[in-house]
Amino acid sequence: MKDIIQIKNISFNYPDQPILFNNLSMNVHEGEWTAIIGQNGSGKSTLARLIDGLIVLKSGQIVVDDLVVNDDNIFDIRNKIGMVFQNPEDQFVGATVEDDVAFGLENRQVPREQMHEIVEKSLKQVGMWEFRDRIPANLSGGQKQRVAIAGIVALSPKIIILDEATSMLDPRGRQDILDLVYKIKQDNHLTVISITHDIDEAAGADRVIVVNKGSIVEEDKPDNIFGDISKLKSIGLSAPFTSQLIMALKKRGIDSPYQYLNDKRLIAWIKKLVSTK
Amino acid sequence: MSNFLFGRYLPGNSWIHQMSPQSKLMLSFYFVIIIFFANNIWTYGTLSVLILFVVLMSGVSIGYFLKGIRPLIWLIIFTVLLQILFSSGGHVYWHFGPFSVSDTSLINGGYIFVRFLLIIMISTVLTLTTTSLAIADGVQTVLKPLKKVHFPVDTLALMLSIALRFVPTLMDEMETILNAQRSRGVDFGSGSLRHRIQAAVPLLVPLFTGAINHAENLSTAMEARGFTDSEHRSKYRVYRWQKKDTISWIIFLFVGILILFIRNN
Repeated sequence: MKDIIQIKNISFNYPDQPILFNNLSMNVHEGEWTAIIGQNGSGKSTLARLIDGLIVLKSGQIVVDDLVVNDDNIFDIRNKIGMVFQNPEDQFVGATVEDDVAFGLENRQVPREQMHEIVEKSLKQVGMWEFRDRIPANLSGGQKQRVAIAGIVALSPKIIILDEATSMLDPRGRQDILDLVYKIKQDNHLTVISITHDIDEAAGADRVIVVNKGSIVEEDKPDNIFGDISKLKSIGLSAPFTSQLIMALKKRGIDSPYQYLNDKRLIAWIKKLVSTK
Repeated sequence: MSNFLFGRYLPGNSWIHQMSPQSKLMLSFYFVIIIFFANNIWTYGTLSVLILFVVLMSGVSIGYFLKGIRPLIWLIIFTVLLQILFSSGGHVYWHFGPFSVSDTSLINGGYIFVRFLLIIMISTVLTLTTTSLAIADGVQTVLKPLKKVHFPVDTLALMLSIALRFVPTLMDEMETILNAQRSRGVDFGSGSLRHRIQAAVPLLVPLFTGAINHAENLSTAMEARGFTDSEHRSKYRVYRWQKKDTISWIIFLFVGILILFIRNN
């Protein structure tokens, strides 16, 4: 599998602040859902901004889909990457839903007739076409994030980066957005990077990268990462819901051979427990 | 405030609603200029008939226009009174020191009143039938000639539309801050003027901090979405000049010429 994003020995710090990344390297595989988890201040959002060229790298190199991130390639790279940010309010540029989806297209000087077609298609894909003439003040946070996703879909990128995109939503809204992004990823064969401190969001990923204090602690499949809960706790992260359930059961005398299971396997295991009793 | 900027637009599909915003904007401006040429009963009468016709064509009930007048009523009364009390000439009915009331001053007062009414009516028609977004676009089209002297028309229009888009957001935030400070015991409503101004500080500081944060995040998001400058962009919305615009302009130009003929020279 191709590494669609290659980060090679990067170092970075904000002016007058301690070094955030020192010689960090990592890769993101094409077509995978990669979750980058870590505490606040671990540098995970900075990483996303470096990949998109929104902040300038001090040393090292980032390659996105065979293009080196630098001033010459910046617009080609931004055509390949769609970013959803944390605060739904702060990425809504247009006066109405329709206008907002069109914003990215207008920037790329797409002809008007084409724009109308693309906007309609993208809004229908995220289920917001009926809301096309609403102003942002009349939308919920989840609906605004859907519009942001439509704005990205409209530009048909190869990579979607979710930068804490669900952290300001309620649990149901969060799951809805993740399901939507998953569907779009599958339909369009995209690569997704989700930057999060929500362990349950990370548990659904293909691969998890744990970042702490600017360096990579671990990178592996979620099953392996969440197998060692004490390690997660030592860097200030909580255990995923399924692991917490297993531990709670353990306390009540129901022992499990596993420390972590994904939803499906947990349900299967509980079913087996109930039927053998 | 939010009503003033947003609740004013009444969705509809009338002749006036369908006109392009740039032409509505220019027509309103042109109409205000003609009003200042009116100086007798015939000219004011003609303009009043025209504006009543426009109101009829907008399909908006007259009650909304009365609402538009209400906030300005004291200004109108004050100006009309000044006109009545201080203008001289004609047959004097009453006088006291520098004040006098005569038939000319009463007529002049009446004219001023009608003049106010006409200006308020035309601007109300504009704001009731045009969304703020369309007005921003209209401003952009109207100012387009200024591009020749390198005036940043597109940037101005984009700024205007983003500013309008953030008004409700900031209003919401103000409400939240207001409640948060109230729950901590800040009293905004009473006390001396000095006290009230002091009470506004804990309201304004977080509001400004919030606005600056919004601006910073928004600029990052805009950049990530491929924004470079406001000149090299295509436009999603275009308000084309229509037949309705041409017909309206013909009517207004005709009335303008008529006014020049029937006014007292």
